[in-house]
Amino acid sequence: MDVSPIITLTALVKQFGRFAALRGVSAEFAPGQLYAILGDNGAGKTTLLRALAGLAQPTRGSISILGTTDVRSVCHELGYMAHPSLLYDEMSGMENLRYFARLYGITDASRGAVNMTAVGLDPKLTRPVAQYSQGMRQRLSLARALLNDPKILLLDEPFSNVDVRSARAMVTLLAQMRGAGKTIFVVTHQAALLEGAADEFVWMDAGQITHRSRQLQPVETR
Amino acid sequence: MRPSSGVPSNVTGATLAKDLRLEWRSKDAINSMLFFSLLVVVVFSFSFDPNAEESRQIAGGLVWVAFLFAAVVALNQTWARELRNQVLDAFRVSPAPANSLFLAKALGNFIFVAVLEILMTPLFIMFYKLRALGPAWQLIPVAVLGTWALVVNGTFFAAMSLRTRSREIMLPLLLFPVSIPALLAMVNATTAILTGELSTKFWIVLLTTYDVVFTIACLMLFELVLNAE
Repeated sequence: MDVSPIITLTALVKQFGRFAALRGVSAEFAPGQLYAILGDNGAGKTTLLRALAGLAQPTRGSISILGTTDVRSVCHELGYMAHPSLLYDEMSGMENLRYFARLYGITDASRGAVNMTAVGLDPKLTRPVAQYSQGMRQRLSLARALLNDPKILLLDEPFSNVDVRSARAMVTLLAQMRGAGKTIFVVTHQAALLEGAADEFVWMDAGQITHRSRQLQPVETR
Repeated sequence: MRPSSGVPSNVTGATLAKDLRLEWRSKDAINSMLFFSLLVVVVFSFSFDPNAEESRQIAGGLVWVAFLFAAVVALNQTWARELRNQVLDAFRVSPAPANSLFLAKALGNFIFVAVLEILMTPLFIMFYKLRALGPAWQLIPVAVLGTWALVVNGTFFAAMSLRTRSREIMLPLLLFPVSIPALLAMVNATTAILTGELSTKFWIVLLTTYDVVFTIACLMLFELVLNAE
């Protein structure tokens, strides 16, 4: 069955001054898939994710998401988790989630607690996020990205500094969400964690997509 | 354009409540402003020894310049919290209107500076032996309009200088020239009330016009500033 892409990138270029972080990226991504974006540091993975989130305006080329090139008009359908936590250190986990829920017009007070539980955190934790371990912050950051029940999830290094057991639990959660029809992009250096869960591995190098594969292949056989 | 998410006032209210809660816990802005203003009052009181009449002539300028410099301290911290952990990006990817964020930040700064003014005014009166010869109640609209004039532009220019390397320097460089008409009106209105010699009507009208014009301009332009790379 031919499924129309949920995201289409056409000759996408993103320059920072004279440095081109993305160099003419063209690609299509199908809905309901889990994509692992792989590559060395500086390959353009984070810039690609930021462009998809509407945080980086393309210098040239276009991005079509959910049938529109105006990324901001569909931002309520996107969930974005960055490498930094995007959380207020001085507030507790639930205070953070309650605030961010309000930005999406969500008034259901239980939504934050449900998401915290889903990522394996106790909603009753009252200590400020500053006192969380890095792994707990990552999980809370994921809970924040899930608040608006987005159709597309953009996750930048969600497993960094997370212990293996918690990382596997996160992968299981992501696989469940993919199963529920969400399209998920995971930028990671820990590709092995997504083996068996990701539908496609997308390799980037020097601002371009160099390879796409259903299997996680060793670098030398690419 | 951003799609609207719920009622903008909800976002403004939530952001304002969050900022007030964070300030209540850290007291970063209010403590810095208080110490700075206290220093100004004490240093100036040692530098000058004015009689009551001289005090009435200079107090308007002295008070507002002290509040302006103190406000800059708070304004510089307005966006600092949003930069830590790049929290501002979480706002930018949300459908919340940029104007709501700006309004919440400006209202928050207004509250912080107003608290400072309420705490510092008795000290100014005491140190400079001030007694208004004109209608003292008019100091209230002058203070409200003047404070809003400072914080609305200050919040905007603090956001503009957010991504610059030396934003502590950039903010006063951008803010002070634009604030001159408002500062002139605040100082002259305050002096007129203290000396009881002139009417404040013109200065209050000027301040009101200034506030309306700059509030509208800042609200219209803030989305561009927020999404600038």
